[in-house]
Amino acid sequence: MADVVVEQGRVAATPTRRKRASLHNALKRKSTVAFFLTLPLIVLIALLVLYPALYSVHLATLNKSMQRFVGFGNFTFLFKRETFWMVVQQSCIFAITAVIFKALIGFIVAHLVHNTPAKGQRKWRGMLLVPWVIPPAMSTLAWLWLFDPSYSAFNYTLSFFGIGPIPWLGETGWARFSVILVNVWYGAPFFMIMYLASLKSVPDQLYEAAAIDGANWWQRIWYVTLPMMRNIIAITTLFSLIVTFANFDIVRILTSGGPLDTTHLFATWAFQVGIQSSDIPLGASVSLFMVPILAVAAIFILRDVSKRGNEA
Amino acid sequence: MSTLAIDKAGPTRKVKYGSMSRDRAWALRWSYFFLILFAAFSLIPPLYMLITSLKSSAEIGAATNPWWVFHPTLSNYVELLTSDQFLRFFWNSTVVSIVVVIVTMLISVPAAFALARMKFWGSATLATGVFLTYLIPDSLLFIPLFKMLAVFQDLTGITLLNRWYVLIFIYPTLTVPFCTWIMIGYFASIPKELDEAAIIDGASWLQTLTRIFIPVALPGLIAATIFAFTVSWAQFLYPLVLTTSVDQLVLPVGITTTLIKGDVFNWGQIMTGALLGAAPPLIIYAFLMDYYIAGLTAGATKG
Amino acid sequence: MAEVNLRKVVKRYDDVEAVRGIDLDIADHEFVVLVGPSGCGKSTTLRMIAGLEDISDGDIMIGGDVVNDVPPKDRDIAMVFQNYALYPHMTVAENMSFGLRLKRYPKAEIKARIDEAARMLDIEELIDRKPKQLSGGQRQRVAMGRAIVRNPKVFLFDEPLSNLDAKLRVQMRIEIKKVHQKVRTTTVYVTHDQVEAMTLADRVVVMNKGRIEQIGTPNELYHKPATRFVAAFIGSPAMNFLPCQLEETAGRLHVRLTEQIAFPLPPARAARYQNAKSDQKLLLGLRPEHITEARAHAEPGVEAFDAMLDVTEPMGMETLIYFTLAGKQVCGRVNPNAGAHDGEALRLAVDLNNMHLLNEATGAVI
Repeated sequence: MADVVVEQGRVAATPTRRKRASLHNALKRKSTVAFFLTLPLIVLIALLVLYPALYSVHLATLNKSMQRFVGFGNFTFLFKRETFWMVVQQSCIFAITAVIFKALIGFIVAHLVHNTPAKGQRKWRGMLLVPWVIPPAMSTLAWLWLFDPSYSAFNYTLSFFGIGPIPWLGETGWARFSVILVNVWYGAPFFMIMYLASLKSVPDQLYEAAAIDGANWWQRIWYVTLPMMRNIIAITTLFSLIVTFANFDIVRILTSGGPLDTTHLFATWAFQVGIQSSDIPLGASVSLFMVPILAVAAIFILRDVSKRGNEA
Repeated sequence: MSTLAIDKAGPTRKVKYGSMSRDRAWALRWSYFFLILFAAFSLIPPLYMLITSLKSSAEIGAATNPWWVFHPTLSNYVELLTSDQFLRFFWNSTVVSIVVVIVTMLISVPAAFALARMKFWGSATLATGVFLTYLIPDSLLFIPLFKMLAVFQDLTGITLLNRWYVLIFIYPTLTVPFCTWIMIGYFASIPKELDEAAIIDGASWLQTLTRIFIPVALPGLIAATIFAFTVSWAQFLYPLVLTTSVDQLVLPVGITTTLIKGDVFNWGQIMTGALLGAAPPLIIYAFLMDYYIAGLTAGATKG
Repeated sequence: MAEVNLRKVVKRYDDVEAVRGIDLDIADHEFVVLVGPSGCGKSTTLRMIAGLEDISDGDIMIGGDVVNDVPPKDRDIAMVFQNYALYPHMTVAENMSFGLRLKRYPKAEIKARIDEAARMLDIEELIDRKPKQLSGGQRQRVAMGRAIVRNPKVFLFDEPLSNLDAKLRVQMRIEIKKVHQKVRTTTVYVTHDQVEAMTLADRVVVMNKGRIEQIGTPNELYHKPATRFVAAFIGSPAMNFLPCQLEETAGRLHVRLTEQIAFPLPPARAARYQNAKSDQKLLLGLRPEHITEARAHAEPGVEAFDAMLDVTEPMGMETLIYFTLAGKQVCGRVNPNAGAHDGEALRLAVDLNNMHLLNEATGAVI
């Protein structure tokens, strides 16, 4: 008799223990833990990046007061505006020109630093990276002051060489030049640091072999350095194209898009149209135009990177 | 068994008998020359900020040599550092940046650990997804986010727009993807044997993370922290759009909007404000330059 | 003409002299091996010949011209590196033709040279592959192919076989020798492995601590080493060195190892050591193959004695025996069926016709 009672008791006890055990086990299982660890990341990206991106498409289809659905109305409106096409052209030229110069200067300076004795390289790196460390809003203010129509320190210095006062920000051609100049000043150090790290990873013996094979300095760069750096060049160019294309700070502070909208980029014009003129759907439409261009660039370069990656 | 019949009939190069060490010395001299040029180019704007900040308005208006300070004065500094408004900007920036750094690390580090070590279904896609998210610029998202916050405010009555703390929610979208990417790189470089040794010693996943990984990946953590701080501190677009009242502004926006009163630019103060605004990242950089650079290169080269 | 001459070549790094005055004449078509332990300066010397290191002092001449200040690309040399140094993004054909393409050789000529070299090295099927698709041995052949097609005045090899496993090393040694027989280019080869030196070289240069210890053919170095270093370095297992004394007993010169053991010297040797100062510390040098089991009939110059063996290593074709004599561990080689066992005694014989006497202080062989 007693056995049966004990048996029953035991049977009754195990189900609850098993239930607790399974929750415990579930928590110990790798994929559950992993899920919880990545959950905040997923929520953040879904809620504050992916959703707004899609929401932006929805917004672009509304009218100014956001009551009515107008489909492609905003887009057709933009296509007819001359400013819009100016912005497209300006953004592309700005991004491509600035990135080319940043990459070139970064490459050259990286070589210069790489060729100095190792002990001194640190201080050169330190000095040359400063533009990238200073918040762009702050340094652009300094440039604004350097370009000031009445008090420009550059014009002051140039006047000693007989070169007349340059309207750095007042005239379209010079304004575009100045904006690109400041962007290059800000962004070249990034390229320099990336390329410098990559230069150090090319084995010395390859250069020695090339030297013995008869290559002079630029042949060594063309046949050894550049091919070994193909991947890093592609990645940095991609990053920079996207970041430069979407640039806001520099243009906003230096020219606010002027004179006469000739330095507007997508970001600054979207800001002016969407926030300052309170036409959110139109602003959203402008911003959205960046997407196809960015996507095309991303696809090209990512494809190139993975193709090379399989070779290495 | 023919002997190799290669004759030297091919074009030969005229041999120049220069001096190798002399050529190398000249190359070095040219290198230094151009390096000095580039370094000067890099440092002129911040130096000019410093020079102007030491000038009084009178001296600036007098349009004397802009590269030299004839009557240095600290009045700009004093005015700004005693101005409640400026101190408010500085405070807002500091609080936002520090909180965002903490939030970022709390989200990034566990996620990076999971993505780097725990091979679970979808981890590869998620990792690539994180990388791609970094490519979505803020200039695409600021308008919909603005509208979303307005709608949220209408629906729930919780004020988010025009409050400095809204930035704490928004900035992580900029910092978390790259910090996660950096940490994935660092965690992945820790040899698997350490995991296994820890498991044999009886550690759970959490203990492995806190007692083994974080200490070993500390350089990466420091680099990611510096990155998150610097990016938060320098933000301009989001605060410009999302905060408008003077007491809610952070430093970059505050300096550019308030110190320009109408058409009058008080350049002495503006430059002082800009320099003070640039100071925290510069100071961190000066002391922790190697971590700074490591953060940059780790993210991209491991991509 | 492609001889290489080094005159009093010195290499200084800050205060340290890595190479302290080397004089060397390498004749056209000769295969010379620089051999020595790590840090002896052999690689540095090779790199100075290549132009990859500056010469601190002295002159280097290639083909009669002083090349101290000539950059590597103008010296008309080719080098095979330890790590192959193949261009990872180029195919085998492109790797091999790189130097020729830089000098704008006509395409037909380039193709002819590549085909010839590929055939010689047996890498014809690999022509279109990339280095990462090749094994270590194949990569080393491509590196050699790159050197061959240039048809330079001098081949330089910097420890090319060190990264290969033992079996492959033996194979590649034979390849290199065959290539040299066909192409006959002056070659300077650096290695730390004395077996490579002995098997490949026309002449061997033994280096130690930045100086040349001895130059000679492999046979000369083996049988007539000039210094203790060379005697110990060449030959495996290494030569045995036993402290000894010369004494004259019963009108004949004897060499005494212990109180019990003294061997009479053969006449040829006795004549040479006549004037050796017996008050200086001397060492008896004997190669293991000259310490064997005692034979049935006596031979002139071969003396027998008893020894207690410590350890034996049966190698199959011979057995290596280790025992203690005069306080030192000695190695000998005996027939596998001589009855050598660990811890047992064995009657051994030393062949004093092949002995060496060294001055312990100076290391010189008398």
